[in-house]
Amino acid sequence: MSAVLHPLIAPDPAPPPFVPGPPGTAITIRGLTKYFAGAPLYENFDLDIPKHRIVSVFGPNGCGKSTLINMIAGLIPIDAGEILFDGKSLKQTKIGYVFQNYREAMFPWLRTIDNIGYPLKLEGQSKAEVNARVEELVASFDVKFDLQRYPYELSGGQQQTASIMRALAPRPEVLFLDEPFSALDYEMTLFIREKLQEVFMQTGTTMLLVSHDLEEAVYLADHVLLLTKRPTRVAKILPYGDPRPRTVATLSEPGFISTKKHSLEIFQREVRR
Amino acid sequence: MSAVSAPVASARTSPPVAPARRLNLGRVLPVIGPLLLFVAWDLVVRFKLVSPILLPTPAATLLTLLSGLFRGTLLNDFLHTVWRTLQAFAIAAALGMPLGVLLGSNERAYRSVEFLIDFFRSTPSSALIPLFLMIFGVSDVNKVAIAAFGALLIVLFNSAYGVINARKQRVMAARVMGASRLQVFKDVLVWESLQPSFVGLRSAVSMALVIVIVAEMFIGSENGLGHRIINSQQVMNVRDMYASILAAGALGYALNVLFLMIEKRIVHWSGR
Repeated sequence: MSAVLHPLIAPDPAPPPFVPGPPGTAITIRGLTKYFAGAPLYENFDLDIPKHRIVSVFGPNGCGKSTLINMIAGLIPIDAGEILFDGKSLKQTKIGYVFQNYREAMFPWLRTIDNIGYPLKLEGQSKAEVNARVEELVASFDVKFDLQRYPYELSGGQQQTASIMRALAPRPEVLFLDEPFSALDYEMTLFIREKLQEVFMQTGTTMLLVSHDLEEAVYLADHVLLLTKRPTRVAKILPYGDPRPRTVATLSEPGFISTKKHSLEIFQREVRR
Repeated sequence: MSAVSAPVASARTSPPVAPARRLNLGRVLPVIGPLLLFVAWDLVVRFKLVSPILLPTPAATLLTLLSGLFRGTLLNDFLHTVWRTLQAFAIAAALGMPLGVLLGSNERAYRSVEFLIDFFRSTPSSALIPLFLMIFGVSDVNKVAIAAFGALLIVLFNSAYGVINARKQRVMAARVMGASRLQVFKDVLVWESLQPSFVGLRSAVSMALVIVIVAEMFIGSENGLGHRIINSQQVMNVRDMYASILAAGALGYALNVLFLMIEKRIVHWSGR
């Protein structure tokens, strides 16, 4: 009885009702809150990420682009909020993740082919099933290098190709790409960018791409997600609808140029703010 | 005179002999130090700068070493020391590596025993010889036990830190692919700890050899290099003493090279 009369802790306020995103939403983020060193990085952040689209995340330094996708992918714990994948939790969802630093993402004690098959092995697939799926990936990526080699024996671009293949092996619902081109030379960047576009056109896998290069961000995107400085909010979501396959010629199309220009204006406005 | 003289191909017409010569020199370099030492040693003895009673010529020493290894009793002592060292090392590795990896994967567990490990790791194992004498008596087991104890902590410490300092991104990569805690442990952490573990194993085998030699000297022993070194010193058989010291040095060096080779085979990704 006394506990009722003298409550020591006030009951938590009822959480706001969960408002689902529009139909065709792959990832629903509601009330996401994350503090870094006492200061809010994200506070009550809401976002809907559409299914079967590529969304590029772009924003000022330190606004937490990578942190955002890492929180969605479950690599960084969140302080409050809810993230649902088509109504399911992260545990019930297959995701793929491509790291910027491929050198420290692949397992150097496994041959490249076993690295690619590793997520399938985790799922408990048989050797034959794993081999069949890897064969499929090799064909669709048109791999020209020897997968029997260890990752450290491959070039940077080959390693990143392999790590994208690894991420795609279990046919993920969402593919996260954290600055996948930053550690690559320009030639490899172009090559892998094309591969990603091909994979997307074949499979329609929802992709969330963090980039610090605006051209790259717009080129691949269906939507460019522009973020503000911290505490981070959505500055603007710009649609970009030029048809795929996009090519070098796309870079000089009026649609591309105006989207890039508009993105840059918003970006600069946010940086100065 | 033109300020910008075009680079002319003929400027580099010197025959490509120099690089080849340099390469040969590179191969010879490692031998120069030992040769100089032997020459200096020989001169010191020849000019009687040191009494021949205290220092035999290098040639005589090497002869004693070789004849002792091939015909005499030196080989027997050598093998006894090798056997004790390997026993101690095997115990240290078999206990230390799994224990280190387990402790390392649970950082709280490691932090709670860290002081003990660091303390006993810093305690000279030779200081514990009398204590081990009380426990195990004057026996072969004693020599192996004290050497194993000294080596064990080195292995444990290195393996634990190998796991603690595992590349966080590889752990994240495994987790994002849906690996359980156990799978992360056996597919990532154990492998990540291999390279630092090998550093530990190499230091441990050196430590085991040091302690075995000391133990053979001072814990009543009838064989082993340590026993032989101190015995020949007492009867002033200096040739045999120097030969035994060289044998002990060669053993330590060979063990180190052997472990480097094994490490290169197993941890093939190291440093890449």
